[in-house]
Amino acid sequence: MSVEFLNFIETVLNGLMSGVMYSLVALGFVLIFKASGVFNFAQGVFALFAALTLVGYQTGQVPFAHLINELFGTNYHNWYASMPNFLAILLTMVTMIALAWIIERLVLKHLVNQDPIILFMATIGLAFALEGVGDLMWGSDVKVLDVGIPSGGSVWLEEATIGLAAEGSDYYGMYVDVLNIWATIIAVILVVSLALFSQYTKTGRALRAVADDHQAALSVGISLRSIWILVWAISGFIAMVAGIMWGTESGVQFSLSLIALKALPVLILGGFTSIPGAIIGGLLIGVGEKLAEIYIGGYFETGAIENWFAYVMALVFLLFRPQGLFGDKIIERV
Amino acid sequence: MRIKQLLIGMTASVIAVSSYVEMAIADLKFPMLVYRTGAYAPNGIPNADGFVDYYKMINARDGGIGGEKILHPECETGYKTQVGVECYEKNKKDAMVFQPMSTGITYQLIPKATADGVTVYSTGYGRTSAANGKVFKWIFNAPVTYWDGASIAVRHILKNNFGNIKGKKIALVYHNSAYGKEPIRTLETLSKKHGFKLMLLPVDHPGQEQKATWLKIRKARPDNVLMWGWGVMNQVAIKSAASIKFPMDKFIGIWWSGSENDVLPAGKGADGYKSLTFNAPGTNYQVHADIKKYVHDKGQASGDGSHFGTVLYNRGLFQAMVQVEAATVAQKIHGTSKITPAMYRDGMENVNLSAKRLEELGFKDFAPPFKNSCENHGGSGLAAVQQWDAKAKKWNMITEYMYGDSDVVQKLIAEDSAKYAAEQKIAERCN
Repeated sequence: MSVEFLNFIETVLNGLMSGVMYSLVALGFVLIFKASGVFNFAQGVFALFAALTLVGYQTGQVPFAHLINELFGTNYHNWYASMPNFLAILLTMVTMIALAWIIERLVLKHLVNQDPIILFMATIGLAFALEGVGDLMWGSDVKVLDVGIPSGGSVWLEEATIGLAAEGSDYYGMYVDVLNIWATIIAVILVVSLALFSQYTKTGRALRAVADDHQAALSVGISLRSIWILVWAISGFIAMVAGIMWGTESGVQFSLSLIALKALPVLILGGFTSIPGAIIGGLLIGVGEKLAEIYIGGYFETGAIENWFAYVMALVFLLFRPQGLFGDKIIERV
Repeated sequence: MRIKQLLIGMTASVIAVSSYVEMAIADLKFPMLVYRTGAYAPNGIPNADGFVDYYKMINARDGGIGGEKILHPECETGYKTQVGVECYEKNKKDAMVFQPMSTGITYQLIPKATADGVTVYSTGYGRTSAANGKVFKWIFNAPVTYWDGASIAVRHILKNNFGNIKGKKIALVYHNSAYGKEPIRTLETLSKKHGFKLMLLPVDHPGQEQKATWLKIRKARPDNVLMWGWGVMNQVAIKSAASIKFPMDKFIGIWWSGSENDVLPAGKGADGYKSLTFNAPGTNYQVHADIKKYVHDKGQASGDGSHFGTVLYNRGLFQAMVQVEAATVAQKIHGTSKITPAMYRDGMENVNLSAKRLEELGFKDFAPPFKNSCENHGGSGLAAVQQWDAKAKKWNMITEYMYGDSDVVQKLIAEDSAKYAAEQKIAERCN
């Protein structure tokens, strides 16, 4: 095979892997939008907050230490040296469930039956408030996140593909980051679990009923508030997974909240209401932007086209299919 | 009766406010444009802490500068250019100097501060040609510029290749902003001079995702990679370089891509990564002992004190020290402790930080000596290379402080500043 063709395959593979990382963020948006019609602007901050909390538990950091020390003249920093990863993840999940409960109590409960735009505004406020709370709780330093997921180029793939190129060609084998392979496996497990949960459990069916029609669900005795707490908690869990994956790659820091921007074109393309859409949309955006950056980026004087190219792809798609790839068809009855 | 009371109250308030204002004017105002929040906060916080701790130490140990206390109001920019300009407008009255901490903000402030008569000091960043004091009267960027940095990095590569890099490939991975684009012109000139091929690889803000960039590097196999990054871009780049097994000792960052924050997330993978620097890390300096004694031990450390001695904290100390020294020099020149912004500029232009003076200030061997002059606002142009030891988790200086290619850099500075002078109709001074 020619080196050019192998490089093309490598770009596509890496695009798919990046796409999975975007899908992880997009999934959280979709879940909340499906169940409550709310576009949760705070989803990126959720991922940041979950990752900050996880590192905080892992390293035994005292929450709000800076504030406490400032107010009371104390010098608290750490409770303990370290916590096992499993326990830290479990505690972070509990924290995200508690966060979902607090959001329902303090925000959503008071905004039932309001216009979607009001709820959207509320999530903007929530994003900034949560970012501030995260800063106060855990500080703004770059934190190293290690839950034992391996990262770095896959040696196996490199060695397995090095012989595919024609003899004597300057080829070093294919590159894929092991972290991205793990992200793909985890994303598959997540989607399958979500599908099984919504299809085969009573709560899952209630969740789908709420997603289909709030009023009808209420009339058969489904508690809208419980479902909302559940959905926001699941979305918090997905944010934690996204936070772990992205945080392992770059360290946990406040720029992590900007990963939400990577999910927007995925949502436009895949549709706001479809879990498979979030996955397929992520894959298409990932592959599209990587191919664009590598093969046509050089023709642009400024380079770095992948960020805006993803939005161009989404926009073009929007023109032909406004509801997205798998989104519910928009039917307006007069 | 009520009206009378009200009038008395108002008069008292006016007197109180006026006397406060008079007191405030007597103090020396050093407004700080900081970013303690947002995507770039992990770098902004240690740097701002270095400034604040130094100012507090000078106020506590020396009673201020020549008896005048330092006021250092903070304005949060979030590293956003527009917000930085607003911060400047809000704080420019009676301000001695602005340190924008962003090349984008610096570019915006150059014409404004020049018109307002306010000194802007962009330490080792900002518009490189501002080093030409003949054109940029109010702007200073000592001790070293980005163009010096680019040529020092190339000089280091030359040295490691026995003086010959003809046909070699050097990639520049840069933050796609005014800051990141700054060294391109110099590198293009140097590539013609030395015959190396230059690859330009921009990374958009914030730089969280760089897969395509590093795939390009993996395919092109450049001999060296230079980086002009900031914030998360640095961490992701270093981790990505380690991931594709790029030799880390061939990867050199500018001085804003060489803090502990940048290398720690990559763990062992960052071992051997190099960056330029114009100040030393660590706490073995008199200035640290003084800050500990007069600030930290009294429980007045900025933040939680955890950044003490880190690269960016120490850089904040250095930047604050130069700003304070400029005020001291201005007081000597004009024979008064109550200096005006115009007098302060004179002080900055006559700063002479010799090795002896650095020692007196508690900065012995902390940074190379430099002096400003009417013509030269860019300092010595010296920088060294430091290398990360992942096992010991510390930076080691591996070269002496060295000069860049002054023939190339000075020519480019003269060209660029002449263009600016023509655009802005500025007559050259210092003749």
